[in-house]
Amino acid sequence: MSKANITTNVRRNNGVSIIDIGGEVNAYAEDALAAAYSEASQNGVKAIVLNFSGLEYMNSSGIGLLVTLLIRAQRNKQRLLACGLNEHYQQIFALTRLNEAIGIYGSEAAAAAAA
Amino acid sequence: MDEQMTETMADETANAAALPVSRDAANWARPVEKLAVEGERAGALNLNVAGKGLTGPLQGFGALWQKTYRLPLAAVDVSPAQVMAWWKGHLPELMPDDSRFYPSMTGVQPGEVVLINATLPAMFGAPPMPVSTGVLILYADDESFSVMTPEGHPESGFNTFSALEEEGVTLCQIQSLARANDPVYEFGFRYMGGGAQQEQIWRHVLGQIAQHYGVEPAIEVRKQCVDSRLQWAKAGNVWHNAVIRTTLTAPLRWTKRALGRTS
Repeated sequence: MSKANITTNVRRNNGVSIIDIGGEVNAYAEDALAAAYSEASQNGVKAIVLNFSGLEYMNSSGIGLLVTLLIRAQRNKQRLLACGLNEHYQQIFALTRLNEAIGIYGSEAAAAAAA
Repeated sequence: MDEQMTETMADETANAAALPVSRDAANWARPVEKLAVEGERAGALNLNVAGKGLTGPLQGFGALWQKTYRLPLAAVDVSPAQVMAWWKGHLPELMPDDSRFYPSMTGVQPGEVVLINATLPAMFGAPPMPVSTGVLILYADDESFSVMTPEGHPESGFNTFSALEEEGVTLCQIQSLARANDPVYEFGFRYMGGGAQQEQIWRHVLGQIAQHYGVEPAIEVRKQCVDSRLQWAKAGNVWHNAVIRTTLTAPLRWTKRALGRTS
């Protein structure tokens, strides 16, 4: 397993925060994801869209990080949504039952509209 | 079909040809609705696994905990991949007597089911209680593997077993992200020694690894309550409780065994 190899970028789109996630989501991504979430949560944002279009690799530790991110969002009364997941990662969300709590959308526009 | 799924599927179709195969695709279990147990597991009681669905950290009842157990293999010249290869190959032997693992002949591979036969500690004058359950190998690579629990298992969540290198030292790590599956288990974890027994199991495993590599079992434990809320909507999970089901069906198994001996 390599060291942190994740990229994050936080944007705003009509009052919704978007976090672009690229590279590898594994145990080493914890700090980067937490920092991106903190930035995305500023100004009382009620919905955050995770855009996984640039995702290249994710292991089970990465899924664990998404679970803890979701719990933080729920505690802050925010919705967490996802887009840009290819079929493989959609299957993993289904297998781990993460899709029951994080809405999955085919495009960023659809996710933002649902937020 | 709702709008969300329609859009997702349409998008998938449009992009399918352009998407490369993900690098981690072979490391993950295939999607399953219900678990199936294939192959003989000599000596194992196979109960409460076949036909059960999976439960992750979001589907259980109790408070969600992340517990991390770490063992440094100080001054041992071994790579994380070498440690993990040995760990996977000796998984059943590393477990304590009161928590036996029965992997398939294929071993630790994504999608395989590991049966578990355990005994819960005696409490308040009651005898120890048997529990037969299992886990799915959710993910496996050269330096880690993760398991996910089925309905009825005491915990609902993931356990990740990994070997990693930090500052030139290879570390063995067990990390659980799980909550009690139902109110009975939550009570057991909090007040009947279930939590301590769980901790003892993983300390035992790391202790066995330490013994193999000839190092002191200097095990570091970190516990963090990720979500203290009880999910009362999941209280009905108790229907699948593997301890209750294993205990209630014991007389039937004893009778069958006795009849088998006399026939």
